Amino acid sequence: MNQWAKFLVGGAVIAGALAYMIYAGVTQSAVYFVTPAELRAAAVPGKAYRLGGMVVPGSLKWEARALDLSFTLSDGTATVPVRHKGTPPDLFAEGRGAVVEGSWTADGYFKASLIMAKHSEEYKAPHDGTQAGYQELIKTLRGDGR
Amino acid sequence: MTADLGYGMTLVALVLAIYGGAAAAVGARAGRPALVESAQHAALGVFVLITACFALLTYAFLTFDFSVRYVATNTNLGTPFYYRITAVWGALEGSIILWSWMLGLYTLILILRHRDSARELYPWALATMLGILAFFLLVMTIAAPPFQRQVPVAADGRGLNPLLEDTGMITHPVALYLGFTGFTVPFAFAMAALITGRIGDTWLVLTRRWTIVAWYFLSLGLLIGGWWSYHVLGWGGYWAWDPVENAAFMPWLTGTAFLHSVMIQERRRMLKLWNIVLVILTFGLTLFGTFLTRSGVIASVHAFTQGSIGALFLGFLALVVLTALGLVAWRWEAFRSQGELDSVVSRESAFLLNNVLLIAAAFTVFFGTVFPLLSEAVRGVKVSVGAPFFNQVNVPLFLSLIFLMGVGPLIAWRRASLESLKRNFLWPVVLGVAAAAAAFILGVRSALAALTLATTVFVGATIGVDFVRATRARLRAGEALVPAVGGLLRRHNRRYGGFVVHLGILLIALGVTGSHAWSVQTEATLRRGETAELAGYRFRFDDLTAVEESNHFKVVGAFTVSNGRVLDVLRPAKKFYPQEQSPIAYVDYRLGLKEDVYLVLGDFARDGTQATIKLQVNRLVSWIWIGGVVLTLGALLAILPERRTPA
Repeated sequence: MNQWAKFLVGGAVIAGALAYMIYAGVTQSAVYFVTPAELRAAAVPGKAYRLGGMVVPGSLKWEARALDLSFTLSDGTATVPVRHKGTPPDLFAEGRGAVVEGSWTADGYFKASLIMAKHSEEYKAPHDGTQAGYQELIKTLRGDGR
Repeated sequence: MTADLGYGMTLVALVLAIYGGAAAAVGARAGRPALVESAQHAALGVFVLITACFALLTYAFLTFDFSVRYVATNTNLGTPFYYRITAVWGALEGSIILWSWMLGLYTLILILRHRDSARELYPWALATMLGILAFFLLVMTIAAPPFQRQVPVAADGRGLNPLLEDTGMITHPVALYLGFTGFTVPFAFAMAALITGRIGDTWLVLTRRWTIVAWYFLSLGLLIGGWWSYHVLGWGGYWAWDPVENAAFMPWLTGTAFLHSVMIQERRRMLKLWNIVLVILTFGLTLFGTFLTRSGVIASVHAFTQGSIGALFLGFLALVVLTALGLVAWRWEAFRSQGELDSVVSRESAFLLNNVLLIAAAFTVFFGTVFPLLSEAVRGVKVSVGAPFFNQVNVPLFLSLIFLMGVGPLIAWRRASLESLKRNFLWPVVLGVAAAAAAFILGVRSALAALTLATTVFVGATIGVDFVRATRARLRAGEALVPAVGGLLRRHNRRYGGFVVHLGILLIALGVTGSHAWSVQTEATLRRGETAELAGYRFRFDDLTAVEESNHFKVVGAFTVSNGRVLDVLRPAKKFYPQEQSPIAYVDYRLGLKEDVYLVLGDFARDGTQATIKLQVNRLVSWIWIGGVVLTLGALLAILPERRTPA
């Protein structure tokens, strides 16, 4: 075999291996983006989804001691109950957008392994610091602090 | 007033840059040095004007000039002095100024260094630089103007994104942009080589050190970005394969390939076309990265402002790539290679394989990053691939690359004999295998970790073998040890600089492997006085306090960390900024060579009696930062001017 043939074969082997690795990587780690309505229409248990929606006001439950977080995501037409083990992220709150990654379980809820609160792309206009939650927080913590 | 002055200067700089680019091109074409000289003056003028813009904007920040919209949106009266300076490039408009300023600076250095030494290529390189500079000034004028009036003048600004209140803000963007803009210079010389038809080695020799400098700053930018992510963002990691990270990583990969393939052209007169293509690709990817992150086509955790700028960058990218490829096609005949590949077992092959693997890695990253777009276009469903995809495909590629790092520098050019292979690689292979065996005996059961360890030790040993052999030769020639080593490093600074950089990469590889294989984490909700345990450490929740800072308010937890004896008190916090929708986590950690203890305050009871924390014990992460320091030393050694004194 002459040198060029060897290099050609080597190149083909590398290209083939890369193509296979990419193919395998994609099939194993593909995450499907769905809305609650789409998930409700055809949920496949065990398949990896990224589900986006709004946290329904009043649905959020956080059991700090057990680290159990549960809430309902809605897109206006359908709702999906979500459960997660762990602290909610900083930007997470009722009435706000959230994206969760995980899978649909046979027990009828979405088991989230990752929660991403939706970061607004544009920086928000300032609340003037008189916002009830903020002031109250300062008060309660200061009062108790030391 | 400030806004109008700044906008006016930007406009003048734009006109000057366009004039200078045209003058340099016409001067080069018509052989009129006077025009080229005029272009140089224009370049100086552009640099002075951008510097003035930059100074003006900084002044506006320092004096809280809220008549400038950019100042009003990125600072407020509470922003501390230090962060008012870094806030200048804290958002899109300011970072474009920084980028242009660096381009202007590089253009000046290019003029000073190459004005007399590269008569043929220099005017065209200057024209290219000024053309690219003109594009950035155009962006500053129409798409992302930093000098826009705020009507009516705001009483107070919105404030800086709290995540940017960090010392990393001064070094991370600066290093990254110095890297990005640095690759413009090799690109400009490559264009000059194509236009003049002198695609021999001249442009490579001229840009050799430029490339190392650009590569180094890009590496540094990536590393500092990792450090920033690790200690500010509070998710416990340093790399997430986020589109923004990938955008900076792709040019790093192709730039690394370029750095290696130039050596083959210098030595064997091969791969001329490949080198030109690599430099076009690297420069193109720096533009693509900006397009990707600023256009919003790919969702990212980095919340950047969007606008028409994405389309502008895409258009410019298309223009650059089409022009460059057109020039390549035009000069097609000149690319015939003078050298031939002699054997599969040779240094040429090792370098070639290194390039193929680096490009494969760059392609993988590219593919994974744009995958949601592809799948939506082709199949109509939005599918993304996350970190598992990137890790799975890249780990074999990077392991092979590290292995080649040991082979490439020692294997013979043209054709390696069995004898020379044995002489160079027997001991390193033995040591590598022994290291893996030792790790197995010590209880390492991760095949990947053992393989990485074996490869790293192998590569480290090849570097050792080479160094010891070269030093011995000098000792035999009668030199004392210290002058022998010093002379070796100084005389062959590029070679040994490269080796030291390789050592740095090895340390980074160990850190990455260790942190992936052995890090552990858990979450716990504790009442005051309660403890949680992780990996032999005990964490006791002592108390929770509230503190008021100049522009925010924070809740700080105190946790005593012990492992038999008390080690430290860690104080992770949550910061509440009035202008923010939600709190920002402030992590606390105790770094160590073996492992870091890393604490994030998650949630807390309002009365301060209970807190939820995320505990991590991250293994070997410090070696990534140490590797970065070693890499810096190596890069410094490699860019020392070459000394050609007689022995």
